[in-house]
Amino acid sequence: MRELKKPALMPYVCCGDPDAKFTKKLIREMVANGADAIELGVPFSDPMADGKTLQDAAERALEGGMTPKKAIEVLRELREEGIEIPIFIMTYYNIVFSNGVADFTKLAKEAGADGFIIPDLPIEESGEMRSACDDNDRVLVQFITPNCSDKRLERIAKDAKGFLYAVSVLGITGARDEVSEDAIELIRRAKKITDLPVVIGFGISNEAQASQYVKEGADGVIIGSKIAGLYAGRNNTDEVAGFCSSVAEKMKRVTRV
Amino acid sequence: MKRYFGRYGGQFVPETLVPALTHLEDEYCRIKDDRNFQENLGSLLADYCGRPTPLYLAKRLSKKLGVGKIYLKREDLLHTGAHKINNAIGQCLLAKKMGKKRIIAETGAGQHGVATATAAALLGLECEIYMGSIDAKRQELNVFKMNLLGTRVNIVESGSRTLKDAINEALRDYTANFRDTHYLIGSALGPHPYPTIVRDFQSVIGAEAKKQILEKEGELPDCLVACVGGGSNAIGLFSAFLDDAVGMIGVEAGGDGVRHAERLTGKAREGVLHGMKSYFLQDKDGQIQNTYSVSAGLDYAGVGPEHSNLKEMERAEYVSVNDQEALAAFKALSQYEGISPALESAHAVGYVMKMEKSEDKTIIVNLSGRGDKDAPQVKELLR
Repeated sequence: MRELKKPALMPYVCCGDPDAKFTKKLIREMVANGADAIELGVPFSDPMADGKTLQDAAERALEGGMTPKKAIEVLRELREEGIEIPIFIMTYYNIVFSNGVADFTKLAKEAGADGFIIPDLPIEESGEMRSACDDNDRVLVQFITPNCSDKRLERIAKDAKGFLYAVSVLGITGARDEVSEDAIELIRRAKKITDLPVVIGFGISNEAQASQYVKEGADGVIIGSKIAGLYAGRNNTDEVAGFCSSVAEKMKRVTRV
Repeated sequence: MKRYFGRYGGQFVPETLVPALTHLEDEYCRIKDDRNFQENLGSLLADYCGRPTPLYLAKRLSKKLGVGKIYLKREDLLHTGAHKINNAIGQCLLAKKMGKKRIIAETGAGQHGVATATAAALLGLECEIYMGSIDAKRQELNVFKMNLLGTRVNIVESGSRTLKDAINEALRDYTANFRDTHYLIGSALGPHPYPTIVRDFQSVIGAEAKKQILEKEGELPDCLVACVGGGSNAIGLFSAFLDDAVGMIGVEAGGDGVRHAERLTGKAREGVLHGMKSYFLQDKDGQIQNTYSVSAGLDYAGVGPEHSNLKEMERAEYVSVNDQEALAAFKALSQYEGISPALESAHAVGYVMKMEKSEDKTIIVNLSGRGDKDAPQVKELLR
């Protein structure tokens, strides 16, 4: 995996919403404005971990003709253009499974993916995917949640690579305004048992939340729904660029407690 | 408990749900052999739902078709009109044991929604049902019934606006609210332990049918026929006969010839959705495809994992019956026996109408539900 700058701003983008050209432009703008890594979403017809905003984004992308293989092409082109930050493929397991776990992992690696983020693949079911990632020297990012027991946190962290994706709330993706006490507690618990970076996601929509989480020990924040909300319908990258630069700036000024 | 049926099943859910499902599994294991719980369930099934349901020899239909002796397992006579109540009562009792205050469920045809709303009303639980807008339109009466029972029906406008999307919404709700909410899955599908829990609560169908056929015929039947959407009525009937030399036939929806819901008989491939590995209708990229059937209850892109395994082991056979054949069966059963089946169950009858002629065969058809809910739709279709 390429090195993750800390604290990392990691925007999520649904590839192909509304088309591949816009996705590439958006990612270039975000990288120019402080994004340290990208979560590149490969749209799936039934995104059960996503709220309305990202469901709609996936639907627009699928309507626009985005496919798993085309999304991998978008990634390849971004690498060819010289985008060097870590990029993770985020998708649901059926997309990987249906395209062949080993084949799809290899394809993603060759295009320049650093790893995978698959929300419906808990550790108990991840054997095949983990082997494929190990064979291709890619990272399979594991999720941790506020309702994980310490015992389960340790189990998840033991075999995890890259970073831990800490889910800030019990629920699905979608912009929320407040800082979650559950999330702060989760960051603290995770930090005690692992040296891996802990990156927090779900429900982050503003500079104050991002800074607060970093202050509490998070090594990065993932922002998805908020960004989709900023460009959806207008397909203009300016607001997203402004938002990223503001979050990045405030986050990076934080002194850890 | 086993997480898999052969290669199928598993628990493909977001991490947030893993502890919730582990808790559900633990609690279910606890009540499974608890005599108080089982007695309580048994008396509600008997006194409230009307169990045991009759095993009825359909003489006129048998004579007319000439395929053997056709017995109907009359789940259509249950309170709320379908087998769904068996599982709804069982899971609501379980939810109460777990201290949950709120029940959520998905529904396709509306039968599971009505059954859940009924069980929730009976046991004093708050209830919300997710239903695709297309299904809500074609099963308007059931939407009204649910409202009447004090349940809120959330109409789902995403995706194909049918059962699949209702399950997505219910899973999202469950992920956010599992602490006080039980997700009452209506078919033998979803993440472990649901396929097992639902099968167990529906196994009363097979257990009764086995006892009844032995009383009436002195021997086991030659085959069992049941429709398969998610597959709960079929697995409930099959479960008692798995170790016997009895044929098992699951009938899928053949739709209108172009659009269908043929998972085990068609071009479906292995996939992962709604928490389970099973067969799903999907395109070459892995996007789940829209299905179609005249019957909302069979209109689902996937199938319960135990059926995928029975198919793989060649223990059960899966066939399909199209809309027209199901409608013909709806009419035939009404005219020869005075029984109007649900359009779902009409698919099972429709297959029997296509079976080879035979004098000495004994067949049990699971008449999983009654057709009242479908009467307005059938009226339109037969016009």
